[in-house]
Amino acid sequence: MKCRRCKAPAVIDIRRHNAAFCGDCFLHHCREQVRRAIDEHTMLAPGEKVLVAVSGGKDSLALWDLLHALDIPADGLYLGLGIGDYSDESGRYAREFAVTRGLTLHEVDLRADFGYDVPGAAAATRRAPCGACGLSKRHLFNQVALERGYDVVATGHNLDDEAAVLLGNVLHWEVGYLGRQYPVLPAGSGFARKVKPLVKLGEREMAAYCVLRGIDYQVEECPMAEGNRHLGLKETLNELETRSPGTKAAFLNGFWSRGHDAFAPAADEERDDLRPCVECGSPTTAERCAFCTLRSRATAGDAPVELRTSG
Amino acid sequence: MVRAERFAAEIVVGPARSAESGPGVNVVLRNPRREIQVSGPMTVGALLAHLDLVPESVLVIRGDTLVTHDARLTDDDDVEIRPVISGGAG
Repeated sequence: MKCRRCKAPAVIDIRRHNAAFCGDCFLHHCREQVRRAIDEHTMLAPGEKVLVAVSGGKDSLALWDLLHALDIPADGLYLGLGIGDYSDESGRYAREFAVTRGLTLHEVDLRADFGYDVPGAAAATRRAPCGACGLSKRHLFNQVALERGYDVVATGHNLDDEAAVLLGNVLHWEVGYLGRQYPVLPAGSGFARKVKPLVKLGEREMAAYCVLRGIDYQVEECPMAEGNRHLGLKETLNELETRSPGTKAAFLNGFWSRGHDAFAPAADEERDDLRPCVECGSPTTAERCAFCTLRSRATAGDAPVELRTSG
Repeated sequence: MVRAERFAAEIVVGPARSAESGPGVNVVLRNPRREIQVSGPMTVGALLAHLDLVPESVLVIRGDTLVTHDARLTDDDDVEIRPVISGGAG
């Protein structure tokens, strides 16, 4: 195969674009897709402080690298989940990335700072580990952004992530979730703006980006995610994609252009019902927010919060 | 022929390539990490089809270089098939 742009030998083919790229042109393609996503959805304004949610995996490290390639300064936040060797190794990848590039990485550790970890929370609450993990991440990324004066939290959700979430939301007609599923969630009382600059790039493209850029990342799958619903949805979509390239992008982009507005009122109604959590002050529809409820069930008492910064 | 039988006929499962290993494309798979050998030559696309892997779900890396699905693999090649799907929903 030849590169679509320069006709040099290709190193990656992207069937939904009916195109192949050499290494340099592929990196250009990734930067362009991120720049377009940011521009189309007005994700960032000049001078805003950006915090990247960094896991040590391919998507978040590629995102951090791409933002800097586009001259968008950003700091990182790594959340230690306490998932044994997997978390230890993921943290090392995040720190190594930051240190070698001279970037600032904040760290929060669930066990040290909040007295619990994901396996413990899952066991104590009889909640699926991915649920406790996602809840902790959403709450703490937002909290740290607000406390540290960041305008925006950027996450590494890619096209495949969003298509799988959309399929799951549609299968269960989660109208509130559908109303909130968008590349940008605006800032509000108690919320920093959330943006997803990788929504035009697939999971395979993000892994290829890391290989070509020499970014070491956590390749192994999280041991707690094995067999989860989200992975099953991705596998199903990839089988459809193999038979009909472009299916995932059409599904997701069609929802955003022609379906999302029908569900937005449901999300607005939920937002109107928000009030401060009696414990931490975060917006919630209940007396106590889901994070504080999770934490209180997983621990016996409160632990002081102390952020550490490296890089 | 079911997949396992086909593999048994054509793939030698073992550790790293060694002096005792016969000729074949040395393939590293992940999650869990293991190595197999497949008789070449064959294209990357044919290798993935042979292993029942969905092309959209993996990258194929020969040495330290990405390769496209039409690339031809020979018995001297070492390739890694790296899964790209991750399970976190954010």
